[in-house]
Amino acid sequence: MFLGKKRKGDRIFRWVVIGASGYTLLMLVLVAFSVIEGAIPVFSLEGLSFFIGTDWNPVEGRESYGALPYVIGTLVTAGIAMVIGVPISLGIAVFISEIAPPKVGTPVAYVIEVLAAIPSIIYGLWALLVFRIWLLDLIERPLYQAFGGTLPFFAKAPFGLDVFTAGIVLAVMIIPIISSISREILKAIPNSQREAAYSLGATRWETVRKVLFPYAKAGLLGATVIGLGRAVGETILVTMVIGNALGIAAIPTTLFSQSNTISSVIASQFNEAVTPFHSSALIALGAVLFVLTMGINIGAQLLVSRMVKVVPGGRE
Amino acid sequence: MGDISSIQEKRRSVIQDAIVRQNKKRRLMDRVFTGVTIACIALAMIPLGSILIEVVKNGASAISVEFLTRPQGSIVSGGGGIGPAIQGTLLVVGYASLIGVPVGVLAGIYLSEYAGNNRFAYIVRFFNNVMTGMPSIVIGIVGYILIVLAVGSFNITAGALALSIIMIPIVVGVTEETLKLVPHSIREAGHSLGIPKWRVTLFITLRSAKNGVLTGIVLALSRISGETAPLIMTILGTSLFFQFTFEGFTDPVDALPLRIFRLAALPYEHAESFGWGAALVLILIVLSLSMALRFLVLDRRYKASGGARL
Repeated sequence: MFLGKKRKGDRIFRWVVIGASGYTLLMLVLVAFSVIEGAIPVFSLEGLSFFIGTDWNPVEGRESYGALPYVIGTLVTAGIAMVIGVPISLGIAVFISEIAPPKVGTPVAYVIEVLAAIPSIIYGLWALLVFRIWLLDLIERPLYQAFGGTLPFFAKAPFGLDVFTAGIVLAVMIIPIISSISREILKAIPNSQREAAYSLGATRWETVRKVLFPYAKAGLLGATVIGLGRAVGETILVTMVIGNALGIAAIPTTLFSQSNTISSVIASQFNEAVTPFHSSALIALGAVLFVLTMGINIGAQLLVSRMVKVVPGGRE
Repeated sequence: MGDISSIQEKRRSVIQDAIVRQNKKRRLMDRVFTGVTIACIALAMIPLGSILIEVVKNGASAISVEFLTRPQGSIVSGGGGIGPAIQGTLLVVGYASLIGVPVGVLAGIYLSEYAGNNRFAYIVRFFNNVMTGMPSIVIGIVGYILIVLAVGSFNITAGALALSIIMIPIVVGVTEETLKLVPHSIREAGHSLGIPKWRVTLFITLRSAKNGVLTGIVLALSRISGETAPLIMTILGTSLFFQFTFEGFTDPVDALPLRIFRLAALPYEHAESFGWGAALVLILIVLSLSMALRFLVLDRRYKASGGARL
């Protein structure tokens, strides 16, 4: 009697926790279902040319939607962010885990975590009202004056709202993410690896470059790919500084061109969409983003989980 | 004979010189490398310093009792405040955690206490990690398709659903991690008294891991308080307070990040100053959550020597 009651409570609780786990999977299924369901109208209008089209015309009767410019805009801004952000992040991770004494490293790590906790809308406001002006005066104008006539990369008079600014601010945003995961990964390397290198007389630089980096290759690559996922999916920050070009004009031809990313088109147009096709085209862009980031994140998980279990602290 | 030894001598000194030079170069490289990593830290500090200075400097002058409690007046001439946005953020985040906290904690319990290494657990774990990297704008689409379209208007439930989906994987992960740190002896003590497993789990294991689980919840709360993108397609934003009536649940709601986004798009000076003020309020909410987090983390690792604090 007593035992039976006990087992009943256990059975119920077991099903409750299994149910909660199932619910988390259901949410992923609902995300997939929603983006596909919402995208159907525009796919029936455009078919596969949605992916390679460059038009963007929401005027009723002449509607035409193509995702290609925004896919390119996304890859270009994310690319700029990675080129700038990854080396800096690795430098930070190495400093905290290999060079600084704990007395210095711990507070520095904390400050980096604070940077990760700042909401992207605040990065966006700061980038729009403050940082954009710095970039324009200190980097963009000098570059344009020096190379504007000779290199096609810089052949456009800058005014601060462009792929270059978006890429740099994205880099600022992903640095705390990549550096804190990389730090965890460096920490997970057994000390015997370091001791072996030092006992052979290797300097710190040689130890990091020839022993630690090769050892942690997969994990560090995973950390980078997680950063890439964030850079590709970040919305609000990019919407505020990328200049919101549409259609063929959104394919960036120079570093100082206005553009749009997949997510920034959705954010800037969603509330203005009046025709069902327009809303559907924006959701179809969401579907493209879903597939892209699912691919990136699954890859990253497979790489990182080989090294350590990442603290799944969102942006941490 | 003398010739040979002097040649050997010379050769040796040449080799030694080369080694000394090589070592100097290696040491120099090491210095350069240390300098570069310090420069990386400095580069990362500049934005943080600048953001905090600008938000405090420009935000502080905007803040007043009226600013914190009143709805927005005419944006051209100023006046009014961001009361509805503060109220909306608290409500939508609270609503989201009503869904997110229980589901997240229970799923974390399953993964740590019940699942072991079966395939279902592996899939749940893997896709929760994948979901932490899902762009929030994609998650907003769920709220739009499933709730906004069904209800026929933007509403708070859609926003709360979207935010809860962002929140759950964070809570699941941290809960599982922390529960796994609780030593087995604690659970065994419970079982040996004949207490059923579900009670051991809830009242002994979970309770010993309380601080860690709270850490996860706080982390998730601070993350979703700052989300903007999913709110654009779910709660829309308004300049009115949320009304606690049936109609209130079918009307748009405001939130701080959304208000900052809308204000930043306006060309008026008052809009800018309101934007900074709202940013200061938001950053205070998020940073005070993360300070609270730090306070909890100090106590997070399970101290075996300290025994169980039940």
